[in-house]
Amino acid sequence: MATKLKSADIVIVGLGWTGGILAKELADTGLSIVVLERGAPRDTNPDFMYPIIHDELRYAQRHQLMQDVSRETLTFRNNANETALPMRQLGSFLPGEGVGGAGVHWNGVTWRWLPWDHEPLKLTLGSYGRSVIPPDMQLQDWGVSYDELEHYYDKFEYLCGVSGKAGNLRGQKIEGGNVFEGPRQREYPNPPMIQTHAGALFDKAAKSLGYHPFPGPSANMSQPYVNPDGVAFGTCHYCGYCERFGCEVNAKASAHFTVIPLAAQKNNVEMRTNARVMKVNLDTAKTRAESVTYIDAAGREFEQPGDLVVLCAYALGNVHLMLLSGIGKPYNPATGDGVIGRNYAYQIGSGATVFFDEKTWMNPFMGAGALAVNIDDFNTGSFDHAKEGFIGGGGISTPSAGGRPIGFRPVPPGTPAWGTEWKRAVVRHYNHALAINNQGSVMAYRQNYLDLDSTYRDRYGRPLLRMTFDFHANEQKQANFIADICVKIGQAMGAERVVRRASPQRYSIVPYQSTHNTGGAAMGTDPKTSALNRYCQTWDVSNVFVTGACAFPQNAGKNPTGPVGALAYWTADAIKRYLKKPEPLVPV
Amino acid sequence: FRFFTPLEAAVVVALVDTLIPKDDVGPGGVEVGVPIFIDRELAGAYGRGARMYLDGPFGQGTPQQGYQLPLPPADLYRIGIADLNAWCVKTRGGKAFDQLSPADRTAALKAVEAGQAEFAQVPARSFFSILLQNTMEGFFADPMYGGNRNNAVWKMIGFPGAIGMYGDVIEKYRNKRYDVEPKSIQDLS
Repeated sequence: MATKLKSADIVIVGLGWTGGILAKELADTGLSIVVLERGAPRDTNPDFMYPIIHDELRYAQRHQLMQDVSRETLTFRNNANETALPMRQLGSFLPGEGVGGAGVHWNGVTWRWLPWDHEPLKLTLGSYGRSVIPPDMQLQDWGVSYDELEHYYDKFEYLCGVSGKAGNLRGQKIEGGNVFEGPRQREYPNPPMIQTHAGALFDKAAKSLGYHPFPGPSANMSQPYVNPDGVAFGTCHYCGYCERFGCEVNAKASAHFTVIPLAAQKNNVEMRTNARVMKVNLDTAKTRAESVTYIDAAGREFEQPGDLVVLCAYALGNVHLMLLSGIGKPYNPATGDGVIGRNYAYQIGSGATVFFDEKTWMNPFMGAGALAVNIDDFNTGSFDHAKEGFIGGGGISTPSAGGRPIGFRPVPPGTPAWGTEWKRAVVRHYNHALAINNQGSVMAYRQNYLDLDSTYRDRYGRPLLRMTFDFHANEQKQANFIADICVKIGQAMGAERVVRRASPQRYSIVPYQSTHNTGGAAMGTDPKTSALNRYCQTWDVSNVFVTGACAFPQNAGKNPTGPVGALAYWTADAIKRYLKKPEPLVPV
Repeated sequence: FRFFTPLEAAVVVALVDTLIPKDDVGPGGVEVGVPIFIDRELAGAYGRGARMYLDGPFGQGTPQQGYQLPLPPADLYRIGIADLNAWCVKTRGGKAFDQLSPADRTAALKAVEAGQAEFAQVPARSFFSILLQNTMEGFFADPMYGGNRNNAVWKMIGFPGAIGMYGDVIEKYRNKRYDVEPKSIQDLS
């Protein structure tokens, strides 16, 4: 039996970026807040200390900072005709676990999504009409526009100390920045990072083709920084141990040393780690959350009552909890009814690998997670995509994220996987190659969704989340179209050899692709097609709000943390209004 | 060896020596300690599949669904080595893998890699896949795990290892060789 605890005004589930932001913002209300984090407490010192954090095997290969799938995982199948089987080890994506969540081991790429990404339906109908939208595609607007979110994007960028260069200041286009971005009110808080030779080659080649290269927006500090909350950041050493690692000098923005300690020092905020939430308990009408049930490190069960519940787990975790708790109606792909699990999407990758002579030195080990040169000339809304036969686009970049040798060993196709010829190729190319990557958008489809598995259970006896997902022709066309552009850029670099990486055929859960899972609890304006209203409040249970990328109705050609952070601030403002008058913020 | 029996260890040494031989390019996997690396990994949490989901039922699945055997890495090795030897005995003139000549070992492994080998208990390619992965991990990982002895592999490719202090040199060495003695975590501690 669960031990029933003293009621709190607000219960926050999950302590990553969004849980940290919500806890800090809502702490100012003076209300009692309990935050529950399934993983361990963590801090820069000692958990990410130099030099032991520079351990590729432990952190990048053995996933020390990530979700332990022996406790909780999901099942996967490409389509509803297959039997879903468990993801028995991490692969395609790497959710976090513990204080700071996936925001500890991220790269720090901090985009504002393009205006198109927030209103793709409206803009597609306006430019082309409905006929260009494939029949199974569930193209939907967020219910909140880029302009409405601009202030919140700004807030998150200044929280994180993003290094970058504006390309659109209050409508004025600036060469050298991203001229395709939505208008911003002010510059980035920090100047761009130092570029590598690979970045310089990309920049020159892209310009020679008439494209508009710009330094990637990076939450790796280009200089010492103190954010508006008074939190000091270190300067990036370009150590090359960013993605999958914590930063030893706090040069990569993370909730664990910014918003979380600021919230934790408040008397009205209590944070409990190793507190794994099993479900949200609703009243019998399923219109009001009364409490959450969680299990502590010793396996004891507790019931934490609260007047308001905010789900701040990873995108997939939030959807799992909603399905387990009966918040909203589960999506049924056969009938199209229901919304929880609907609009699950991912991203699609393609590009080119570029091989140079031995006199061209890349020093791939010098890098930072978000260090890159990009173009958005072929990203969502930047070009006439419908003319090319698809909806969407992708960000093209040459990253310099750190060439750690277990994971980074570019060799030309046809090289054996072992033996002397393999070794010769690794030595020949390690310092003389670069990648041009397409981060392609993926729209939502009727057939791609999340629900509960009927066979497999987690360590706590709960049904696993079941993912049904595959790539569609629209995205494959896009990925192949952009792969051709990447090849063109590679050829303009004067390389020895440019190898095209085509669109994947079927989605596989095995190789790492990106931790950019989106959807499953989409926000929107219609309760028939969205789980959340435009304030990320659930339509059906008005005292439950949900944050994170699960709210995105489709995926974009950009990393999601920027809009995740912006949306968390937007939601915090909405919750402050809700607390004054607890009822649906949008009438149903 | 902590995990492997002497007979298994001899096979693993022969396998690693075939995958990464000592040659004119650089050090071999055996001399830098890769078999020791694999042994230690299998003797610990990784070998037990401590962070794997190993509940049934077990189905074969599609390649897109990934690894579906009911075996943690240590068990996959133990059975896979036995299967490999039995297959070699049957198809390679009565000899276990480590008794084959270097050329025959290479030919045998190519057949295993290509899925042409019939193993009695586990899929040959599943065994090959984890063997290749762990061999590469041991070869390129920090030497504290038993492989990459004396940072020899990092020296070979020009990777500075755990150093990671490039703020002052990243611009200066743009398109220039950055030639430093690699340092391991132990070297820097």
